[in-house]
Amino acid sequence: MKQINAVLEGFGSTVLLLVRALSYVGTLPRQWHRFIEHCYLIGYTTLPIVAILSFFIGSVLALQAGYSMENFGAKQFIGTLVGLSMARELGPVMVAILLAGRVGSAITAELASMKVYQEVDALETMNIPPARMLVLPRLAAVLVMMPVLAIIGDLVGWYGGALISNYTHTIAIGPEAYFSALRRFTKFTDVMNGLMKAELFGFGIVLVCCSIGLNTRGGPREIGASVTRAVVTSLILILVLDYFVTKILT
Amino acid sequence: MPAGSPSSTRSPFSDTESPAVGVKLENLCKSFGDFVVLKDVSFAVEPSEIFVLMGPSGSGKSVLLKHIVGLETPTSGRVLVDNHDAADPVTREHVRMALVFQAGALFSSLSVYDNLALYLREHRVASESAIREKVERALQILSLDKTGEKFPSELSGGMRKRVAIARALVMEPQLMLYDEPTSELDPVMSATISEIIATLKDEYRVTSIVVSHDRDLALNIADRVGILMDGELIHVGPPSELHTPKDPRIADFLNPKVDLKNPRFKKLAT
Ligand SMILES: Nc1ncnc2c1ncn2[C@@H]1O[C@H](COP(=O)(O)OP(=O)(O)O)[C@@H](O)[C@H]1O
Ligand SMILES: [Mg+2]
Repeated sequence: MKQINAVLEGFGSTVLLLVRALSYVGTLPRQWHRFIEHCYLIGYTTLPIVAILSFFIGSVLALQAGYSMENFGAKQFIGTLVGLSMARELGPVMVAILLAGRVGSAITAELASMKVYQEVDALETMNIPPARMLVLPRLAAVLVMMPVLAIIGDLVGWYGGALISNYTHTIAIGPEAYFSALRRFTKFTDVMNGLMKAELFGFGIVLVCCSIGLNTRGGPREIGASVTRAVVTSLILILVLDYFVTKILT
Repeated sequence: MPAGSPSSTRSPFSDTESPAVGVKLENLCKSFGDFVVLKDVSFAVEPSEIFVLMGPSGSGKSVLLKHIVGLETPTSGRVLVDNHDAADPVTREHVRMALVFQAGALFSSLSVYDNLALYLREHRVASESAIREKVERALQILSLDKTGEKFPSELSGGMRKRVAIARALVMEPQLMLYDEPTSELDPVMSATISEIIATLKDEYRVTSIVVSHDRDLALNIADRVGILMDGELIHVGPPSELHTPKDPRIADFLNPKVDLKNPRFKKLAT
């Protein structure tokens, strides 16, 4: 009962934070420097690991597909499988998970420490709404960076799959055959579909992480607790959202 | 003449006159859960008065200040700032108030200069060159000339306190609240702070509420002194009354005798 209340309260304050942040959209142009800074932080901290992980996910997909499709004599469809599953599902979900781990945790840690050390109180007494200065630029930045990260994830994953298909002798599908299979069945809408998911996940993660950070109460120990809670909540959010969005979009 | 003496405190403040504001607490009670912090506190601070609030630590002084800026909401009773309810966020748009937090509450990701400039930039009240002028003057007044580029983590406790005061000055508030502004400062700097508070009142009609254990500050600049003990306001009066307090609790608080034969901590143990 208590837990349900806490979850509802958290949900309520997150929605409220979103409404507040959106009500200051007009101030974005003069917060340009903050927006750029957060774009840089989100992109820069996540890009290398997105690339590495996407490469291996693409590779593993190709390997698994090669192994299981061999039996049907359907090896030439490896490109299709890697292409579609990266674009529609694994790319966006993976980028979102990495975002939660790297960026979401950092956001919560920063805002929670600002809250605990009364910096947020100071902002409020100065009549500077935290939703405007701390939340809005981050939300805007993630909306811009998420599709970029997801596209890069898709491309690196596809090429990883191609590389493995070519050089694994049990598969031995050349890049031409691989990419023609990929192109034949992976439509533009599939990629867009994935980008929309990534966008939604990213926005949700940053919003939830901001909200949990700003709602931290107590001392330094609670900063750690908030970070843990933010990451766990983000992961649950990704998987739950993923189910419903996939259902709606298919 | 040293920076910070009354005659050089002229102008972190603009020439625009804003009317002085008063503060009124009506039967303010505050509890955290079952824990009662403030018990039925009532008093009024007149426009451009300097009200000094003293009391043992843990008596609820910081919590009281937070009610005035609207960071805490009363369990019962209310706080009025210039006749607006302090708990209503809109009040901050009617009245410019600044709170100097006990721990400073500086923005750790911003340099000292940016800490001071933030309010002016966010509210777009001045051009960047005018902001520079105001910020540098405020830094000068508090002898912080060379710290503009530093970050809060690189400062000593006393410097942080001064930066917090400078940051509040730059806001040109009508109502200034100080939470133990001199507790970490040397005697000369403490005297400077007293001078600043008095000057703000004399020249700009700023209303000040100062939480402090600094008897010199209270005796020199206070118009009235209130004493808070265990969440109750047990005394309000002019500072002259503090020389010969009638209430033994106040006498013991203001002039505690160091009694080596019969120490307090041993009395407590029994
Ligand atoms: N957010 C809070 N939650 C629970 N108790 C609090 C909170 N803030 C302050 N208190 C309690 O209220 C009392 C008064 O605190 P405070 O106003 O900070 O004292 P001081 O007079 O030293 O400034 C203390 O006992 C403190 O533990
Ligand atoms: Mg205090």
